[in-house]
Amino acid sequence: MPSTRSIFDIIGPTMVGPSSSHTAGAVRLGALARAIFGEQPTVARIGLYGSFADTGEGHGTMVALVAGLLGLSVDDQRIPDSFELAASMGLDFTFEEMHLDDAHPNTAIFDLSYPERDKYFHIVGSSIGGGNVMVTRIGEYEVEANGDLPVLVVSHSDEPGVISAVTGLMASVGINIAGMKVSRRRRGADALMLLECDTQPETSIIEQLKTVPQVHKVRVIPAV
Amino acid sequence: MPYSSFAALLEDAARENMSLAECVQSREAADSDISPGEVRARLAEALEVMKAAIKAGSAPDIKSRTGLTGGDAAQLFKNANDPDAANVVGARFTHILAASIATVELNAAMGRIVAAPTAGASGVLPGVFLSLRHEHELTDDQLIDGLLIAGAIGACFASTATLSGAAGGCQAEIGTAAAMTAAAVAYMLGSPTARCADTTDGDPARLAESIEAFNESVSHAASFAMQGQLGLVCDPVAGLVEVPCIARNATGAAVALAGAQMALAGLKFPIPFDEVVEAASRVGAAIPPSLRETAKGGLAITKTAKQIAKDLQS
Repeated sequence: MPSTRSIFDIIGPTMVGPSSSHTAGAVRLGALARAIFGEQPTVARIGLYGSFADTGEGHGTMVALVAGLLGLSVDDQRIPDSFELAASMGLDFTFEEMHLDDAHPNTAIFDLSYPERDKYFHIVGSSIGGGNVMVTRIGEYEVEANGDLPVLVVSHSDEPGVISAVTGLMASVGINIAGMKVSRRRRGADALMLLECDTQPETSIIEQLKTVPQVHKVRVIPAV
Repeated sequence: MPYSSFAALLEDAARENMSLAECVQSREAADSDISPGEVRARLAEALEVMKAAIKAGSAPDIKSRTGLTGGDAAQLFKNANDPDAANVVGARFTHILAASIATVELNAAMGRIVAAPTAGASGVLPGVFLSLRHEHELTDDQLIDGLLIAGAIGACFASTATLSGAAGGCQAEIGTAAAMTAAAVAYMLGSPTARCADTTDGDPARLAESIEAFNESVSHAASFAMQGQLGLVCDPVAGLVEVPCIARNATGAAVALAGAQMALAGLKFPIPFDEVVEAASRVGAAIPPSLRETAKGGLAITKTAKQIAKDLQS
């Protein structure tokens, strides 16, 4: 259970029912996938695993996921009609049941694309209870982002000094790091840094980070 | 962070010479980095959503997404308003049951509700609050104070126990909602008398004692409600927030009123509220997984429930 930050977590949220995990959480998961994609995709293949697949229909999980991809918020009364809305907003979607090993019971697998722009994203995320969500994979990278704070994803070589170069640049523009996780495949190989930030990193800082020689790729998972 | 224990809230209220609602409000303003006025404005918005939800959920033709439930609130309202209908608890109480059901029926129909503390338990608090509003002429300001108290009680359960049916059974959802509501009702209805200087002949020491006793009585209301819900299992038919969740909001409202009334009468629950929360935490953890939202026990595995689940799948 995530910690209670406010009495508005108790008297709230205002949401479209019936379930905080299967409906509101599904909307947020769709919204977070959309934010990672950077815009509304035109094609979405959505895999459902576990309880999302088993009880999703009665909980409106599928209309909720699509609503999130369309940018609706958890209290938008158009959520039940999101399938019709998707047609008018140019989103083509399909659903299928999927099996995953060791996944959270409420998991969705998004394959989002915008073929005209040659853009394709594979995103895996779960609704972990009480409307809270966690994106656990983007493409080949295992990540952790809950949509509460922006997360900077930096892939880099496992060499001394990279962490301090990255965090030093962040400090120079006044971005406070709320949480951090570093992992690598093996010593000296590819590594991944996840930096949870108190403020959204500007494009300029992302460009600066890319100039660090050992840094391969930089991406921001926004808050939603 | 909101108060994690009632003792800490009581202490602040005594030290700062503030009402319980003022303490919760000022702490929330600091936590959320907004003005106290903004805290009240946001709660006022929640109250408006609650009012609209009861109205929409009272429609006779409302149906859940599955078609399994809907229309019970309307039927209860009809029963309450018919002087010739069979009625054992009276029209007032029947109204409260109806209003408590209305919100969750709307929830099951994918309508807009305020989780309090969860979507499945969203009917208890608004059903009781908005029914009492008419009879006791409660202002929106008093109802917002009530929401602050309810929020504080809910936060105690969130920090020491859980609000999730999957982690602590229905006790964590309807049980918490009933405790929150009982405390808020005891506060809203008891506050004017407790704060009246006349009853203590203008003696400041006696007034302080009277207020302290009143503040404690608010926690007794929550304890009385929770002791009646300890061990309540979460056994949703077909895994949906419908059966028995909708009916449980009505029975939860009844428990909340019982708790509030005992506290208003001056009864004291011998176990302090913070210890009741600890007990709730232990009991919730001891509920077997089959009775914690998995639909693998209780009502969910009855012959009829299995048939309902099968019919919904096809």
